Amino acid sequence: MKFYEALGLEPKLALDSEDLKKRFYDRSRQWHPDRFSRGTSEEKQRSEEMTSTLNDAFRTLRDPVSRAEYFLSQSGLELPKDAPPELLEEIFELNMALEELRGGDESAREQLVSAQERFTNMLGEADTNLADLFGRYDETFDTAVLDQVRAVLNRRKYVSNLLRDVEKELNVHSAN
Amino acid sequence: MSTLQIDFGHAKPRIVGIDLGTTNSLVAVMDLTGPRILSGIVPSVVSVTESGEVIAGAEAREMLITHPERTVYSVKRLMGRGVSDVQDELKLFPFPIVAGSESVLKLRLGDKVMTPPEVSAHILRKLKEDAEDVLGADVTQAVITVPAYFNDAQRQATKDAGRIAGLEVLRLVNEPTAAALAYGLDKRKEGLVAVYDFGGGTFDISILRLHDGIFEVLATNGDTHLGGDDIDNLLLNIALEDLQSEWGEDLSGNAALVQLLRRAVIQAKEALSFAPSATIDLEYGPRKYQREIDVQLFNRLIEPIVERTLGPCRNCIKDAGITVEQINETVMVGGSTRIPLVRSAVERLFRKRPHTELNPDEVVALGAAVQAGILGGEVEDKLLLDVTPLSLGIETMGGLMSKLIHRNSTIPASETELFTTAVDGQTNVLIHVLQGERELVKDCRSLARFDLKDIDPMIAGMARIQVRFLIDANGILNVTAKDLRTGKEQSMDVKPSYGLTDDQVEAMILESYDKAEEDFKERQVREARVEADAILGAVDKAKEDAAYQALAEDERTAIERSINELKLAYHSDDHLLIRDQIEKLNQATMALAEAIMNEAVGKALKGTNINA
Repeated sequence: MKFYEALGLEPKLALDSEDLKKRFYDRSRQWHPDRFSRGTSEEKQRSEEMTSTLNDAFRTLRDPVSRAEYFLSQSGLELPKDAPPELLEEIFELNMALEELRGGDESAREQLVSAQERFTNMLGEADTNLADLFGRYDETFDTAVLDQVRAVLNRRKYVSNLLRDVEKELNVHSAN
Repeated sequence: MSTLQIDFGHAKPRIVGIDLGTTNSLVAVMDLTGPRILSGIVPSVVSVTESGEVIAGAEAREMLITHPERTVYSVKRLMGRGVSDVQDELKLFPFPIVAGSESVLKLRLGDKVMTPPEVSAHILRKLKEDAEDVLGADVTQAVITVPAYFNDAQRQATKDAGRIAGLEVLRLVNEPTAAALAYGLDKRKEGLVAVYDFGGGTFDISILRLHDGIFEVLATNGDTHLGGDDIDNLLLNIALEDLQSEWGEDLSGNAALVQLLRRAVIQAKEALSFAPSATIDLEYGPRKYQREIDVQLFNRLIEPIVERTLGPCRNCIKDAGITVEQINETVMVGGSTRIPLVRSAVERLFRKRPHTELNPDEVVALGAAVQAGILGGEVEDKLLLDVTPLSLGIETMGGLMSKLIHRNSTIPASETELFTTAVDGQTNVLIHVLQGERELVKDCRSLARFDLKDIDPMIAGMARIQVRFLIDANGILNVTAKDLRTGKEQSMDVKPSYGLTDDQVEAMILESYDKAEEDFKERQVREARVEADAILGAVDKAKEDAAYQALAEDERTAIERSINELKLAYHSDDHLLIRDQIEKLNQATMALAEAIMNEAVGKALKGTNINA
């Protein structure tokens, strides 16, 4: 996997963030275009290619979610597009509450605040869950675990979008 | 002073660092001991004399009053912009815009027509010459700073200006990043630093992580149309309204008066950073105007402007993925950060006292010199990792912008996209590249249109053209395309939406070469004379002071002799001779200047370089 290679890493789901940063800094020092300002045009071009890949790699791998998404896509697993079924009812009710608040019905606020708390907790759970699965996969290379990662990621994505919508709406209306 | 030459045994040519500011510009270089400013502040003003000669710097600033219609200031606000972008600005500028220049502004100054990069090139050339004077060697390579929030066209325009001025621009560095580099240089700082850069025409906020010599920008935000100029304009409008009611006429069309008034307003604004009230003081022929402004009124006036800087700060903190409590230091850059209200607003937002010990006018140029040192290989333990301020994307179906490289991505950053044809036999594919954060194309900034051409006619969807978008370390977009079926480079035409084409820049470079040599000598003599005028005037005034009489007789004689010698040299065509005599007069009057300063009546000497 290109991004792991760029940072001199074995492809693993669990990474130590300090080690990652150190690798990124060390390689930047070595490859940054600043080091080749008096170099040949081939050297310059190569440095630009190396560092732009390095920057992409670091940006993608330092965040556990984007890292897992990258890992899955490199393993030929795309995220499903459909909403996780267990969230459907939640999404439906929430959209109602959002509509009500937008329509000026302040009683929906309470519902949104509790939804905000619930979603925040769900995100936290998903992250713990992911860390757990990362460790398990790295030890076993069990593709069934990857499927679980994929399910958690999908759920997390929806929860995070919902949370964003809720917070946006709460902020807009508290400002008035 | 200028005769001093230090040889560090550099076989390599020196790379200078240039702060090309809205109001003032500076040039610096990296020495063994650290970065050093090479010459005085050069006002970012360019003027065309009646004989058709272009002048820049302090001399041109004088022309603002005498020939406002052929003198440009704050040209940085016009860089990389189209006519429709700057309508508000143009109302305030006394010089006319040539009609029909849609993607590139053209200014008419006397009988000359110039684009903003050409105007900036004159400022750069002045800085280049100043640097050459001090270094005693040719200067051909530079690092130039730009506001972090400058878009691609504004950056490209700055780079073009450098090329036209005969400078190879090795790197464009973001101003707040440069400031951080200068700031963190000798202090071996670690941790999170916010740089609040509020200059003459632009505002930037950047948050960096400093670790082991690496200056990593986490996020940046800003407003390329917000600065001290806007404060000046507020005060100017008040004064013009006053004048209308007091003198009974609308004087906003009187360019010379407006420039005089602008100067008076700036003086009052600057005084208000230190005093509870100040007076806008205007003398125009026999007529006088005075208006007192106290700090309360001033603060009330500028509060909306200061407030406009805080939103970008909050967004920047959020984008950096940190909380305000995690920021270890706040560094203030740019002349407008001298304003107490600005300082207190920043202190409130970041919840700690900002650092103001660095000279906010010099720190950016010093940082640019450090970056020059990094590129030149003299500084080995530092490295800047900067980001792109705006997302880059392409137009997709339905007028939507599809993002390829997100804002705050570390640069160089690249992304590749595969393009194909939509109908049978299609031989061209048009790619519209945009910059901005909004979803609709019309709300984003158009960068350029790339026309992939001469595609072999084939069935729709069969063509495979891989396009690589690279934002380089200067924050400038480079696009290359490859035909994956043949492995050959795909040919394309590039049409920038704003700014000059390569051919136009080349033509301007050629034109400037023709004139550069003859201009150069003449200019040096004239500049030396301007300096001589300044010091002679100052000494004349100083002689009226009691401190002059208190000098020993031989000191007075020495001063008289130096004055006469300078007056003699003045009429020679040798700028070195004039400068020598200026230096001698400087030396001779040192004790006098000190005495006057000590008496705290140094007003007479203020604003001249007698002590420089």
